[in-house]
Amino acid sequence: MLSVRGLAKRFPLAGTRRWWRGDEGLAVHAVNGVDLEARRGEALCVVGESGCGKSTLARLVARLIDPSAGEIHLDDQRIDTLHGRELWPLRQRVQMIFQNPYASLNPRMTVQQTLLEPVRLHRSSLSQSEAQEHIEQVMRSVGVDPSWGARYPHEFSGGQRQRISIARALSVSPELVIADEPISALDVSIQAQVLNVLMEAQASASLTYLFITHDLSVVEHFGDRVAVMYLGRICELAPARSLFSGARHPYTQALLSAIPRIRGQHQPQKLHGEVPTPVHSPSGCVFHGRCPLANARCREQIPVLRETQPGHTIACHAVEEGRD
Amino acid sequence: MALLEVRDLVVEFGLREGASMALDGISFALEPGERLGIVGESGAGKSVAAFSILNLLSAPGYIASGQIIFDGVDLASLSESALRTVRGRRIGMIFQDPMMTLNPVLSIGEQMLECLRAHSNCSESEARHICIERLRQVQIPSPEQRLRQYPHELSGGMRQRVIIAIALLLDPQLIIADEPTTALDVTIQAEIMQLLRELCDNEGVALLLITHDLGVVAQLTHRTMVLYAGRVVEQAETAALIRAPRHPYTRGLLDALPERTEPGRPLNQIPGSMPGLQSMPSGCAFHPRCNLARARCQSESPALQHGVACWEAAC
Repeated sequence: MLSVRGLAKRFPLAGTRRWWRGDEGLAVHAVNGVDLEARRGEALCVVGESGCGKSTLARLVARLIDPSAGEIHLDDQRIDTLHGRELWPLRQRVQMIFQNPYASLNPRMTVQQTLLEPVRLHRSSLSQSEAQEHIEQVMRSVGVDPSWGARYPHEFSGGQRQRISIARALSVSPELVIADEPISALDVSIQAQVLNVLMEAQASASLTYLFITHDLSVVEHFGDRVAVMYLGRICELAPARSLFSGARHPYTQALLSAIPRIRGQHQPQKLHGEVPTPVHSPSGCVFHGRCPLANARCREQIPVLRETQPGHTIACHAVEEGRD
Repeated sequence: MALLEVRDLVVEFGLREGASMALDGISFALEPGERLGIVGESGAGKSVAAFSILNLLSAPGYIASGQIIFDGVDLASLSESALRTVRGRRIGMIFQDPMMTLNPVLSIGEQMLECLRAHSNCSESEARHICIERLRQVQIPSPEQRLRQYPHELSGGMRQRVIIAIALLLDPQLIIADEPTTALDVTIQAEIMQLLRELCDNEGVALLLITHDLGVVAQLTHRTMVLYAGRVVEQAETAALIRAPRHPYTRGLLDALPERTEPGRPLNQIPGSMPGLQSMPSGCAFHPRCNLARARCQSESPALQHGVACWEAAC
């Protein structure tokens, strides 16, 4: 359904461009050649640590920012070249849920107004009462009491607000929902509530999710397939089950071992060094400076995603050569 | 004798509508070298508990009653100047956000020396030597150069290491860590957790760890105390608490973790959310969200008995 090819986004650093010398200057390579496909009805999770480009990827796919290179296709339509009004039909099909429910709801609009606005825009054929009925139905489906409609966002807790923003996203019956860390600002007991709402919505409306998160235990529970990102590139892409039982990329293994589990002994694999800056990306494999398996080839040649098992793809020279 | 003993601590916030209780009579003890975790959701009062030990509460918060006995002295009754000899010297503190805790216009070395100078009268070269030693202890590479660097030149994990080094400067007996790993990535979090564990084991420092993450508590602490709406609802050995939680809230928190449920199945959720300070329910504060609540829970507040504060679990 969604297909992303060679997607890249560079953020130029102000003050480094020397146009009179033809020098484009420095840039942050937030997303650097990502290929990704999401099938209809699946929850595709993108995980990675801060600065790996996962939120930029979400914003690119939602067309909130323009890509520097690459293509984005939704079904058969190329959407990365659309501009202005051409994007309107897309907004109905692709909706986004943001991380911070305190910042993503307009404090001066009642819940009712917040939810009615997208319906009026995208489904203008509905009459006032039909639209009203529609949003009440959506509200009930995500556990928002329709009687809250006249109240303002500040009257609600974080979990309730996040449910309101989920209702806003679902109110136009989208096909693809992009959720950028939708639960990381919430408490543990509230996280479970919101995750359940997201799972129910997926089952009842056959939604496709692009779910961005840093929390791997959520991914294990929620995701059908998982893409692990490091420094703007995807290093491993696999079905959730096979990733958690047999991750092979050295970075994924380190990431998985670092989750503090409530049971069992914690033996995190130590990665030496730190994430390099995305301004000067390392040559070859971006992970080679911290990788225990790196050799000369890793320092020179960029690894591409290769399938090792059906559906499980890894970008690593060491795995490809059987050195792991 | 316990290193730190908190008895019936009540912290209030004086608001226009009248005082409201952020901590409602909590008691706990910490032995030398022990690691105690305080767990709770936002608004449970765990950070207030941490701040009140060193009396760092800012207005409108104040300690209304109770004792905080550290090494035989009641910190709650000490004057501000007497407290200063305890803060940073005998009790170190680590805060959540490593970006906010360090002064951006002072080099790492200046910040460390400032702390040393305030508490001891060692010479410049001795102080430098101690700083380098501590930075090496928290596994910061090339510590001599780091002393000249400014906080913005370091990554989040490195900054948190510097903060731990500052907390350790004067060999404290107790470190209070308020969400020390929450702002960090998982791989960095794992490193900081390991560092804290090793330091406490090697130096015999006691640790009071405030966090919302049950995984961190499970991996790092000996004992755990669960706070809900300003009250201790359960206190037990960490391993026992995770194996067999007794309070319905603790059980709910653990069951809500995704790793406790089969992938793809609905998660166990606790309905509702934590009450605010202004709208505290009568009786047991958890009863509106509890599936075991009975008439008694609505009228009488259960006391902590055998490590659990619940009418159902206690009988």
